[in-house]
Amino acid sequence: MTDILNEMATRREQKLKRSLSKRYRQEVVFKAFGVASIVSALLFLVILLWTIFAQGHTAFQTTQVRLSVDLDPVTLGLPDNPTEQDIFRASFGTVLRDAIMAKIPEASSRRERRAVIEFISTGATYDLRDKVIANPELIGQTIEYWALAGDDLNQFNKGNIDRNVDESNRQFKDNQIAWFDKLDANGDIKTTFNTNFFTNGDSRDAEMAGIAGSIVGSFYVLVVTLLLSFPIGVAAAVYLEEFAPKNRVTEIIEININNLAAVPSIVFGLLGLAIFLNVAHLPRSAPVVGGLVLTLMSLPTIIISSRAAIKAVPPSIREAATGMGASKMQVVLQHVLPLAMPGMMTGTIIAMAQALGETAPLLMIGMVAFIVDIPSGPMDAATVLPVQIYTWAENPELGFRENTSGAIIVLLGFLAFMNATAVYLRKRLERRW
Amino acid sequence: MQTPTLLTVLVILVLAGYWIGRQRSIQLAQPAGGIRFLRSLPNYYGLMAVVWAGVPAVLVLLLWGAFDSVLVRGMVMAGLPEQFQQLTAERQGLIFNQIGNIARGADPSADPALLAAAEHYKNLLQISVVARSIVLLSIVFAGIGIAYFYIKPEVRAREHFEAVLRTSLLTCSLIAIFTTLGIVMSVLWESIKFFRIIPPTEFLFGLQWSPQIALRADQQGASGAFGAIPLFAGTLLIAAIALIVAVPIGLMSAIYLAEYAKPKVRNTVKPLLEVLAGIPTVVYGFFAALTAAPFIRDVAHWIGNTFGWEVFANASAQSALAAGAVMGIMIIPFISSLADDVITAVPRSLRDGSLAIGATRSETIRKVIFPAALPGIVGSIILAASRAIGETMIVVMAAGLSAKLTANPLDSVTTVTVQIATLLVGDQEFDSPKTMAAFALGLTLFVVTLGLNFIALKVVNKYREQYD
Repeated sequence: MTDILNEMATRREQKLKRSLSKRYRQEVVFKAFGVASIVSALLFLVILLWTIFAQGHTAFQTTQVRLSVDLDPVTLGLPDNPTEQDIFRASFGTVLRDAIMAKIPEASSRRERRAVIEFISTGATYDLRDKVIANPELIGQTIEYWALAGDDLNQFNKGNIDRNVDESNRQFKDNQIAWFDKLDANGDIKTTFNTNFFTNGDSRDAEMAGIAGSIVGSFYVLVVTLLLSFPIGVAAAVYLEEFAPKNRVTEIIEININNLAAVPSIVFGLLGLAIFLNVAHLPRSAPVVGGLVLTLMSLPTIIISSRAAIKAVPPSIREAATGMGASKMQVVLQHVLPLAMPGMMTGTIIAMAQALGETAPLLMIGMVAFIVDIPSGPMDAATVLPVQIYTWAENPELGFRENTSGAIIVLLGFLAFMNATAVYLRKRLERRW
Repeated sequence: MQTPTLLTVLVILVLAGYWIGRQRSIQLAQPAGGIRFLRSLPNYYGLMAVVWAGVPAVLVLLLWGAFDSVLVRGMVMAGLPEQFQQLTAERQGLIFNQIGNIARGADPSADPALLAAAEHYKNLLQISVVARSIVLLSIVFAGIGIAYFYIKPEVRAREHFEAVLRTSLLTCSLIAIFTTLGIVMSVLWESIKFFRIIPPTEFLFGLQWSPQIALRADQQGASGAFGAIPLFAGTLLIAAIALIVAVPIGLMSAIYLAEYAKPKVRNTVKPLLEVLAGIPTVVYGFFAALTAAPFIRDVAHWIGNTFGWEVFANASAQSALAAGAVMGIMIIPFISSLADDVITAVPRSLRDGSLAIGATRSETIRKVIFPAALPGIVGSIILAASRAIGETMIVVMAAGLSAKLTANPLDSVTTVTVQIATLLVGDQEFDSPKTMAAFALGLTLFVVTLGLNFIALKVVNKYREQYD
């Protein structure tokens, strides 16, 4: 009898042990799943950032080729005493072409000559022109001039074109590589900081294209958005939190705000197109319209965070102020609002960062146009940084791919700065009661 | 006066109004024995003057901006000779543009009637600018004047001012309603026009989507079919892929962070996950189009060629999988933070009870916490789905344009948002069915996302376990 009981007990114990070890294994597996999902999410983040930095860091560099340019007035087609107008119209392209051909005399066929000429960017022509306009005494001299390289040479020099790839699959051909090596051996190739990228507007040539136009456009859009959405958002939050009676209207407003926060951004673009452009006849592609659309989009974010900030101000402050004889409005304006301000500002900065990264609604209102000039006001046609990234990304050229990544790095830099400011403000200014 | 000058002058006058109101109240209080005999502080009398002078001026300025061009246009068109009056609305619009060009000196060659109209137009514009200045200045002066004579020590200036301020606060909060109304009106208006041409049943249940309208009757391949089923299918396919990626990763991250991680790990990992949400969608789109899509295509081709599987070997360069997977990465933090909120909201006592009767951590999570948090988790997944459906840039850049009815994730599909964007970008003509179709798609998108939000809210509220 005891044997049976004992056996039953051991069996039970073994069964328990087995099930226990199984349960512990499950525990480990479950926990491992948790770690694995976090690691994979972070891995995605790292891969994303790494590919962009790997592709984009070269966008901040550019290539220059040393030429000895003979600024002969005859070749330039200049009269005896040239005015600024004459110099402006002079054929600097010809002298640059002669200079690069002199470097590589072995290029003889029509096709080879064209390949050599493309070593120099058309941008060099304008740059040289501006240089000569600034110093007209250079005319007639032979000067050493570092000319901006054309796209292919630039990409090859920066290592974006692999020389080990089979020639048929490579846009920089073997003879071009031979010429490049010759120039490089003479020290005629220089890699420098790409100022064009930060000072130019958009361009059809990758080596000339820059983000200045779109940064200025983004700036105007954000200024309009901030000027409209911050006061309106704070006012709405104050009303809803401090004054609104509990009735149907207030309820509808609150439901509306929460719904608007979830409406897809492209629908706001449709609103902008239909109302601001087609009914109100505001100018297409203008930062004002972009700012208006983004105001409507960022209002829910600002209102919700401002309400949270107002709620965080303890009732004792309000009661003390009321006890001192302040009116409701005075309590709000003079006590609650200043105390809630840091929280409101944090929410606004975060909303502005979202607005800075927004693309889809701005496509709808025509901010996608190709615009070379840097906009000089919020009514000028402009594009914004994310849209510039989009338009460049659609361009298959290697140079633009690099520029896209470069522009993304700049955009992410701005966003990181804004979010860091928000975090700092929250840590530094927000009071815990 | 031009607008900037006018605005500066108005601001200066209104500030002067503040000073006058303030001084007036102090001056009136003098005989009585100082400002303590005023009903409100002198500042409020100043602010009252600002309100009286400024608010009507701002309103008139806004109304003027809204109706000025319409009125001028009407008057110019009414002044044209008989033959222009009979033209269609479109032709009249063109004529009016031409008149504008002539007035700006851009188009000197025109017939005398139009030249006269341009002259008329220029005059009207000038009159409008002058009249606006006069009207606004007199409003401001009148406002200050009324305030000046209205101010008396017994006037409750503070109450006055606060009532106005309160109304403007209310107006600001009503903007949310106006925005919703604006969205509804703008998409509905064009959609109704669209549905007059294409019946709603054809739009909602048609299997063919090719929005090119034939310019000539005999044009090839331009039938103009508006059946949106392929778009809905593509949208759902991509959203489903995104959710398959995001839900397990997001949910497990949230569970690990809420239940296992030490506070230090939690406080570093959570913000890092939020970074994924802060990256603009255009960056994800670039990544999907130029890194993820070629990678997935190469892998699929490799598999297809190694094992001889047709489906993999035919993988498209712009695959639904690439767009969906990258979109999934984007919504991971969305799911994880929402799920984290609901998991941490499950009361401590449930955990302790389960652990106390001998359940392991994971058993507690699976059998106690997860069921308790389920409504919230389902709600957050629905919200994430609504996000994935409305996402635009990733699919515009990575998903392609061909409206195919397929469930193969390696094929290229198109979505509702892609079609809205491609139909409207750079398109100037506004009355073609093509552009109106975009608004009909927008209406569908708006209704669906709103519906999903509504459902998510209902699920959370209805099935929430009530503790306490």
